[in-house]
Amino acid sequence: MAYSELIKNFNRIREYMRDFYVYGFKSRDEYTRKSARSYDNERRRVDSWLGSYMHFRRTEEGKNVFLSIDTRETRHNPFFKAWKAKSFTDGDITLHFLLMDILNTPEEAYSLSEIMEQIDEALEGFREPRLFDASTVRKKLKEYISEGIVTGEKRGKTMYYRRAGMAEVYDRDILHFFSETAPCGVIGSCLMDKEERVGEAAEHLAFKHHYITGTLDSEILCSLFQAMQEKRSVTLESANYRKKQSQTVKTWVVPLKIMVSVQNGRQYLMAYVPRIRRIMSFRTDFIRSVKYEEICENFDELRRHLEDMLPHLWGVSTQSRSGNRMEHVEFTVRYSAEEHHIHRRLEREKRCGTVEQIDKTTSRFSADVYDSSELLPWIRTFICRITEIHFSNPEVERQFREDLRELYEIYGLKGGEE
Amino acid sequence: MFFSELYGVYYQAVAEILRAAVEHPVSEAELREIVEKYAFEESILSIPSALQEERWQLLKSDGTTPLKHSPNMPLTTLQKRWLKAIGMDPRIRLFTGDILEFPEVEPLFYPEDLLIFDRYSDGDDYESESYQKNFRQVLDAIRNRYPLRIEQKNRRGEIIQILIFPESLEYSEKDDKFRVIGKGSYFGNTVNIGRILSCSPYEGGGGFALERRNAPRPRSVKFELTDQRNALERVLMHFAHFEKQAERLGEDKYLITVFYDKEDETELVIRILSFGPRLKVTEPVHFVNLIKRRLIEQKSCGQ
Repeated sequence: MAYSELIKNFNRIREYMRDFYVYGFKSRDEYTRKSARSYDNERRRVDSWLGSYMHFRRTEEGKNVFLSIDTRETRHNPFFKAWKAKSFTDGDITLHFLLMDILNTPEEAYSLSEIMEQIDEALEGFREPRLFDASTVRKKLKEYISEGIVTGEKRGKTMYYRRAGMAEVYDRDILHFFSETAPCGVIGSCLMDKEERVGEAAEHLAFKHHYITGTLDSEILCSLFQAMQEKRSVTLESANYRKKQSQTVKTWVVPLKIMVSVQNGRQYLMAYVPRIRRIMSFRTDFIRSVKYEEICENFDELRRHLEDMLPHLWGVSTQSRSGNRMEHVEFTVRYSAEEHHIHRRLEREKRCGTVEQIDKTTSRFSADVYDSSELLPWIRTFICRITEIHFSNPEVERQFREDLRELYEIYGLKGGEE
Repeated sequence: MFFSELYGVYYQAVAEILRAAVEHPVSEAELREIVEKYAFEESILSIPSALQEERWQLLKSDGTTPLKHSPNMPLTTLQKRWLKAIGMDPRIRLFTGDILEFPEVEPLFYPEDLLIFDRYSDGDDYESESYQKNFRQVLDAIRNRYPLRIEQKNRRGEIIQILIFPESLEYSEKDDKFRVIGKGSYFGNTVNIGRILSCSPYEGGGGFALERRNAPRPRSVKFELTDQRNALERVLMHFAHFEKQAERLGEDKYLITVFYDKEDETELVIRILSFGPRLKVTEPVHFVNLIKRRLIEQKSCGQ
């Protein structure tokens, strides 16, 4: 099939874009386990959509493609473009504009035969006028009813179609802000595209600490939100990244909440897994498809259970490695009298647990959590002032001390000497 | 349907061409210009030919269209549901008091459907009336390009006055705070909205030239990464929002370069430390010393 910059299926390009952006050092050979032509086509598409962000580097292993994006400089998420590249047929686009032209106002409704007549009339002036059959047009109208842009009403045995009413939207700044910060923000970006023709509007908003890969999971999120609203269980098909990316696993779950990290850009689904009778997290970027299953009768109870667990979750892990139900962690930091912001940092950055000021230059954090190993990265940010530390899970404490010892070693500080 | 051609750039570009064609015959040059402006880089190879060869029977050979009206499309249900969902976010009240209703649809998501679990807890108070007032004043000044006189407290608690020509509002998702970025009468013209006591249009006078801005101070740091405990993926995702480069050095060794601004240096030091021994800073020496100093101080804590 001839190359097209448009795509039918989002999943494949989703993985390529993420890899180009996150990794950026893989050579063509590492992508071509499936097909070299597939890699070349996907790379060419991404280049066409995101040309200015695409870079190449030649290494001993071959040519590497990477996307480098400084999100403070880039006001609109460049990955939105992938969502705007859905393929269609010649008939789809012709019918779309003809139907929207015929159904120009919500005031007038037409039957299928009246619409067919007007289509034929509109196409008369072309060299070889295309002939649409009634079933194709009816199918397209049905699709537009489900999209919400056309409404249908029966008069006797005949269906009449009319355009849905036009509605107000928010101004550009609101659409811009939420397109970058709310789930499924690409929807806001498309609404901005509609307004774009009004003029080249200046951008008034910028974003810092901004993770943009989440948009690639928007369709998955959309399905999960729908399942939560309907209190429905689903079957997730997920990539098995621990083994091979090409392998997938199916898991039957009850989706309960989406948990988003603004410190590492990951998004998770928290879901109850009936098979093991536990609430677990699933990375949304690993989920390839969501299939709706039965309504879950005890959805509200399960969600309440998750809410009760939240005060003991540092991240998304709901089970300790030690097998104990709960793990205790506490550490003490010291600071000078001029460094009171360290105490404020503890208060501001803690996600659970308590912070206690022991004296003017000492504060202590303590918490009971399901998995204390999740706190290790945060605790390390206080390196240079940790005077005491204790984990009830000895393995986590051993890891903390071992990592610290290794840090001293790699920076040549073994034995305390530089 | 989420992934649909209705939202695609091809439909958008063709709508634009037809909008022109309803008004006047569209020349080939105009057609190409619209495609270059609205579609992808390579779309120029497909959209004009599809129209000219009448595979898409929307534009006749003389550049006119059989359409009688300028094309537009009502909101889809998905768009309404998303608009309804963002209407439930307290931050929308910073921009407007008029929340759109869309009674015919359910929101795409409810606030209880998601949780940002690692956002700092001292974010801006969006419910505060004075915060909303200051936010709108700043946004209006950015939109209409006029300077502001801002009063805020400094670190010592004294009230100070700042004159600023605001250019943009920067939002940090991690801090959950907005700040104004602009030009002013002296350096350091970045103001946290949450710290503003009052602000009003600056009418001029006093001989202030509002032209000085914080010059970017670009820096870079290189570190070696050992890919254990899935560190490679975690590190690259963590630093993904910076401009960066990654190279493979050996079996499980990588060299990462992150480009940052000097104002974010302390933040970067602690973010690198959070990965423990999986990362070893190699350049510049000054950055290596920042890490070492913290480690030496940690040793003196007796741990």
